[in-house]
Amino acid sequence: MSTATQADQAAPGSVPARGLTAGPGLGDRGFRWLALGSGLLVLVILVLIAISTSQQAASWFSTEGWGIFGTVWDPAANKFGATPFIYGTAVTGVIALVMAVPVSIGIALLLTEVVPFRIARPIVYVVDLLAVVPSVVWGLWGILVFAPWIQHIYADIGSAVTGIPVLENLFGPPTSGASFFTAGIILAFMITPIVTSLSREVIATVPAVDREGAYALGATRVEMIRGVVWPHSQGGVVGAVLLGLGRAMGETIAAALVIGSSPTITSHLFSTGYNMPSVIANQFGEATGVFRSALLGLGVLLFAFTIIVNVIARAIVERSARRARGA
Amino acid sequence: MEQPEQEVVTRLQPPKTAAETPAPPVPREQAPSGTGGTVFDAEKVSCYYGSFRAVTDVSLSIYENEITAFIGPSGCGKTTVLRTLNRLNDLVVGARVEGEVRYRGASLYARDVSPIAVRRRIGMVFQKPNPFPKSIYDNVAYGPRINGERNKQKLDEIVEHSLRQAALWDEVKNRLKASGLSLSGGQAQRLCIARTLAVEPDVVLMDEPCSALDPIATSAIEDLMHQIKSEYTIVIVTHNMQQATRVSDRTAFFSVLRNEESDTRTGVLVEYGRTEQIFHDPHDSRTEAYVTGQVG
Amino acid sequence: MAVLTGQQSPDLQEPAGWRRTKNRIATILMWLSFVLAIVPLIFVLYTVIAKGISVISWQFLTSPIPPSVLPADAGGVGPAVLGTLEITALATVIAVPLGILGAVYLHEYGGGNWLSRFIGFMADVMTGVPSIIMGLFIFSIWVLKFGFSGLAGAFALGALMLPIVIRSTDEMLKLVPDTLREGSYALGASKSRVTLTVVLPAGAAGIVSGALLAVARAAGETAPLLFTILGGLSTANPNPFSGANIALPMLIFQNASSPYPGAQARGWGSALTLIAIAFILMIAARFVTARYARYQR
Repeated sequence: MSTATQADQAAPGSVPARGLTAGPGLGDRGFRWLALGSGLLVLVILVLIAISTSQQAASWFSTEGWGIFGTVWDPAANKFGATPFIYGTAVTGVIALVMAVPVSIGIALLLTEVVPFRIARPIVYVVDLLAVVPSVVWGLWGILVFAPWIQHIYADIGSAVTGIPVLENLFGPPTSGASFFTAGIILAFMITPIVTSLSREVIATVPAVDREGAYALGATRVEMIRGVVWPHSQGGVVGAVLLGLGRAMGETIAAALVIGSSPTITSHLFSTGYNMPSVIANQFGEATGVFRSALLGLGVLLFAFTIIVNVIARAIVERSARRARGA
Repeated sequence: MEQPEQEVVTRLQPPKTAAETPAPPVPREQAPSGTGGTVFDAEKVSCYYGSFRAVTDVSLSIYENEITAFIGPSGCGKTTVLRTLNRLNDLVVGARVEGEVRYRGASLYARDVSPIAVRRRIGMVFQKPNPFPKSIYDNVAYGPRINGERNKQKLDEIVEHSLRQAALWDEVKNRLKASGLSLSGGQAQRLCIARTLAVEPDVVLMDEPCSALDPIATSAIEDLMHQIKSEYTIVIVTHNMQQATRVSDRTAFFSVLRNEESDTRTGVLVEYGRTEQIFHDPHDSRTEAYVTGQVG
Repeated sequence: MAVLTGQQSPDLQEPAGWRRTKNRIATILMWLSFVLAIVPLIFVLYTVIAKGISVISWQFLTSPIPPSVLPADAGGVGPAVLGTLEITALATVIAVPLGILGAVYLHEYGGGNWLSRFIGFMADVMTGVPSIIMGLFIFSIWVLKFGFSGLAGAFALGALMLPIVIRSTDEMLKLVPDTLREGSYALGASKSRVTLTVVLPAGAAGIVSGALLAVARAAGETAPLLFTILGGLSTANPNPFSGANIALPMLIFQNASSPYPGAQARGWGSALTLIAIAFILMIAARFVTARYARYQR
């Protein structure tokens, strides 16, 4: 019992005081720094992205000055205005949202309110399959199959609305299978999974007691959704929608193949157009000098826009999640 | 160190010698107490979680080869004090200990003391059995392995010896490769005890080890405690007063102290002494009220 | 106690009229949304399978890439298959360990401090950064100095995968019960030991499954490759560390705009191959979760 042992390893009996002072090993501390470094890598990468792409875009900024927001993009004439693409990104984004959001929310509500758990699982799997299809496959199908097919529909609508004031400007000719609208549709297909799954997470945080309270008052399902689910989850759903917007803005390859590759600013949604990621993808191969710098500059703008949208979206989602937990 | 504003806690009684006549018969035969020295010395220990003072001015000594029980109502800080003894409270963000805790003469909370070295000597068994999702063998061998033991044969011996000590060997010797999660509650807790014993600690701390178990499993573990007492020092937190009388040599009774003016509560050590004395001849009225079941 | 008047039994019918109709319409609309989402999926899959299956063969998957004008059976997409496999594997080796370590920092070491919360937030934001940006980034910072290579492509894909792996690993670490950690600490393990010998093994299934999904995502990405591996090969470049390379997504992209039916056919065959790879990875991920995950949500 009182025999002294000198081994640092655990041994019964009295223990010399110095046995307790073996500090954390080199390996333990090294691991900590490794983990910290890996975490910081995220921040480092984001900062490096901003710096390196801006550097490469510098000659565009200095050549054009504020002209970077010009409305003409003509590499042959050395004119590199970004506005056609910003316009195209916005338009396709809005079209995608208008179509994807109702569908996504509908599916999310279907999964949380209507179907029993056993059927919900396969439905979720199927929706996830939408996300597994790579962007380039959407684009391939889009340009070789979908665009030629929908072109006839555009043409029909286009001639049908000739003469009607507002609609003519939106849906009238010129029409093309590869157009703003087609890109918007394909983007809608692609962002549906993410908006659905995030909306579903948000809606699922609505407490069961609140739902039951509405049902107990004799409400029908849609009345319950209107009165209980929607007020609770609208913040989070807005965040999910914004995330979908961010995704739509940045989605490159599918859009590049079906958007028509023509940098025009026009209200005609069925006409060919262009957006930021698409022009970068399509024209980078042949670009040199200021041309290339301009494309990289578009990348910088795209980066800035998507970061802003994503930060706002995540902040909204987080705040509504916090409120749901506290409520 | 601040002076307590509450009433002064009852100081511990000087340890009674083995020559004292035992108190009226207790349900289980008490093994003779160790005649060794002091394993732990706590002096005016207060524990804080942030600014909340969970425990105030606890002073007691734990003696070698004895089983010491911490009893008391919920929230009185007995688990906190227990976890102070192996520095497991370090894991809680904002936890802080004031006062002095000495382990065999060495200060546990000195600046250069490594909690890892502390925990190799002072093991702990938890309230809910927490076997690792590994095989039974790997669960028990885990401790020796991280201490550097690589020899397969030595590990086999350690595993068998520990499982025997934990009275689990016969039940699992043919399925050492089975997952530790496949055991029943009582078996899993004995596995955790075997795992703790495998590193040959000096002290074994037990935080309500039987509260998640049925009476038969509980009884098996209490038998185990008696058997290993001669090699280890055991401190057990328990909600069950009968268990305290069955197993422990000494009992410390904790309670909650309310300060009406500042509307705060904190845990305090009310009385500490030999188990027979605590239960049959308590000196403090609060102790008496608790052990006779007048208050929960 | 009120007594029923006995004139008629209580009206326990569904609410009639407009309320009921509204409810029915809403339910129909919800199912309609699901159908609307599935229809394009079915069309895409059907088309890819129909057009691709006739092209696919072992020869297709291994032969060099012919000039676009040649018909489908005059060659294959071997170099692209090899490129996809090598570059994606390289990206995985780079991103997955770093991602796991990053999540370990966030969950085990961060302790909820402002830095770990900030990093976690920015990792989430980073998952929304368009993949083309990763390509431009690696172009600016690596390709301009060291040239095009499979490695550059792997860096770009890895940067894409990193926040995804961090996020999914972090979710998994949250599910591992604290009591396991405490049990390990109580035996005198250091934090790195606890993490490496108890926590990560306990969460292994979920971590692996999350990583597989990240790999599936990366394998299908085109944009990061456009600026990093150059393409244009007809024979395989087995060395990912130097020289231009080609991968399936990039090949599809180039062939999609081609007027030649042979090139388009090769595109469909490649698309089917790519989807098959992504599906296999996804199913593997689900299998690992179903069979081995202990701590489900």
